[in-house]
Amino acid sequence: MDADSLHYSLELVAGSGNILNTEHRTALQTSLLILRKNYKFNRVLFWGKIMGIKEDYFIAQGRGDDELKDKKNLYSFNCMDWFLLPPATIPMIEEVSKAATGRFMGDASHVYENTILKKVGDEDEVEEELVKTTEEHRLAVTIHLIDDESSVIPRGAFIKNPHGFVQVNRCFEGLTESQAAKLDSFLHFRDPKTLKKKSLLELSELNQTIDFLDLLTDDVPKGMWSLQFENANKVLILRCLLWLGMTFYHVPMTPQHGYIYIGDGVRNLDLSFML
Amino acid sequence: MPKPRQLAPLDGEEQRLYYELLLGDRCPDPISKGAPCHPWTKEENPLPNVNEISFFLEQAGVGLGREETQRTFLALKQLVDSQELLRCRLWGKILGIESNYYIAEVEGKELDEEEEEQPDRTEEEQKDADTDDKEENAVPQSTYKPPPVVPKETVGTGANKFLYYVCKEPGLPWIKLPSVTPAQIDVSRQIRKLFTGRLEAPVKSYPPFPGNEANYLRAQIARISAGTHVSPQGFFLIMEEEDDEEGEPLQDSYDVNPDFEGIPVSEMAESLSTWVHHVQHILPQGRCTWLNLSMKPSEDIDEDEDMEEAEEEPDEPEPEVGPPLLTPLSQDAELFNTPPWTSKMSSTLTSVHAIAVLRSNLWQGGHAYASGKKFENIYVGWGVKSAGDGFSPSVPPTPLKEYVGDEEITEVPDPTPRDERELAEALVAAQEEMEGSDREDESDDDY
Repeated sequence: MDADSLHYSLELVAGSGNILNTEHRTALQTSLLILRKNYKFNRVLFWGKIMGIKEDYFIAQGRGDDELKDKKNLYSFNCMDWFLLPPATIPMIEEVSKAATGRFMGDASHVYENTILKKVGDEDEVEEELVKTTEEHRLAVTIHLIDDESSVIPRGAFIKNPHGFVQVNRCFEGLTESQAAKLDSFLHFRDPKTLKKKSLLELSELNQTIDFLDLLTDDVPKGMWSLQFENANKVLILRCLLWLGMTFYHVPMTPQHGYIYIGDGVRNLDLSFML
Repeated sequence: MPKPRQLAPLDGEEQRLYYELLLGDRCPDPISKGAPCHPWTKEENPLPNVNEISFFLEQAGVGLGREETQRTFLALKQLVDSQELLRCRLWGKILGIESNYYIAEVEGKELDEEEEEQPDRTEEEQKDADTDDKEENAVPQSTYKPPPVVPKETVGTGANKFLYYVCKEPGLPWIKLPSVTPAQIDVSRQIRKLFTGRLEAPVKSYPPFPGNEANYLRAQIARISAGTHVSPQGFFLIMEEEDDEEGEPLQDSYDVNPDFEGIPVSEMAESLSTWVHHVQHILPQGRCTWLNLSMKPSEDIDEDEDMEEAEEEPDEPEPEVGPPLLTPLSQDAELFNTPPWTSKMSSTLTSVHAIAVLRSNLWQGGHAYASGKKFENIYVGWGVKSAGDGFSPSVPPTPLKEYVGDEEITEVPDPTPRDERELAEALVAAQEEMEGSDREDESDDDY
């Protein structure tokens, strides 16, 4: 969620059970502003918190000119000193998915090791390979995956300008209550994957400036999102069941929306059994 | 909504007691440091001080937001006013797919005897119906006896020590959850399901869950309470009951220790041995106290054959023993390579007035805090236990093999036409021989 709206938007997502200490909130108020000036971001978001066994990581995300592509993630233990995370590349994702298991430790230099069996050539020999990764890499990859699979925006909140940049739509006045109650008014905020598979008929009905992202209703498994009105029917809350802890809020008829992840950073692989 | 009951005016004796309580150790102002403070120590008013609790929980990073907590507080007040309760506590919130559950833990003044009577009545009705059928059509009865069902614990003991009320949104009426049975706890340990938010929804799972979502919710609440309700060491003391047949003290009752001094917050945040579980551990059987279900040999003996079988019976099952009440957390088992608890101070900058916070790694969302003489537990989460790397559901049992035994039942292939012909020819030949020999005999006799 946006650093400027942090003080009231934290109350709106508090229904999920996790809130921030007053101390952390005040620290974030100043440190996120300092971060924005130092790194020259267009805007800074407080992305969330990943809870480790010994320590918790506070994650901030800075956005540049293109909201979809210019993203930089930073982490901190005390909301005051921030460290930049490397961008998640495909080899890094593979390395982390092989080596890292279990919960986050809370120590950025912790090394995960895993021995995997690998076939050597065409023979039946099996070789053991030791794969290592650090917690920092795991953090970067996890944030990237969570953003990729569960970050949400209401339809119309972002527009694509003629140069191809994705920017905040300053004319977005919010969804109506009836629109907000339907899951298909929400889009994934990532490079579209399922959009290209739609038929030409469906594509022709879409508005190119605002419908350039995937719909939430195209997600598999189908019951992955929990849509509820909370806080005496004032706020719409979307909770992702694949990454337990990801909460998206939107106040209908206002441009207020945002998402935050407060959880342990582990994908809920058992979702199919749990629905 | 029923009208809240008017409190009866205090008579002379009650008034004296009330004032005595105030003049003694107990302070009327809960915030000031009087006697050890916990919602259970207040006998005058069962309503918990949710504002104070939410203030501490906010420092710990847990909570529902200011307005939501205030609304929950008012809903609890509504519950306390409508029922006669000894104690009431906000247990927590369980998130669901369509709606959430706010849960209150209460201790009522009267035992619920009506609930226990009703299931007996339905059983009697069924028996009457069965006997009617028997008189009309003699259907052969199967000799299968299902394994004995572990009886549930009586209200007020063990896993059913407290009553739980749920509501979907503060302001909606509170619904009482039924007591939990050991079978339900057993199955809930094997399944992993999210809550939908409707109490009457069925729980589709394998092994099949005996009940609907209200029963599943109650079973999870019992497990979470047993696993994550902790208190500072020394806050509660076990009350020993002397009148006991077995001679062992029953360790299921405890009371607030009036001499509790409070442990410094830094010690509580560093070591886990300063915290203890104050809810009884649930044994694998599904109850807190083990019950021996094997029947005594004297009942089985009908004939001499049975006598021999009874002697060959294996030894009685060993009683299941769990960790006793008030065991420190340092003895909690570590599952899936993660320590079961994470403890820390709420603030490193202003550590003078900070509180100690404990977070459960097994039940995500289970938190506890302690500050001086005050502590509280709360659960805000999805109501599922951490399953490590992955959850593997129980596999259905392998199909039974065919019955191997008597020759009468063993199948034999039917004879082919050639076999039948050969057999017929052999029979005919044997008969002709016999007739031939008979005729010879007859002819011998004649002559």
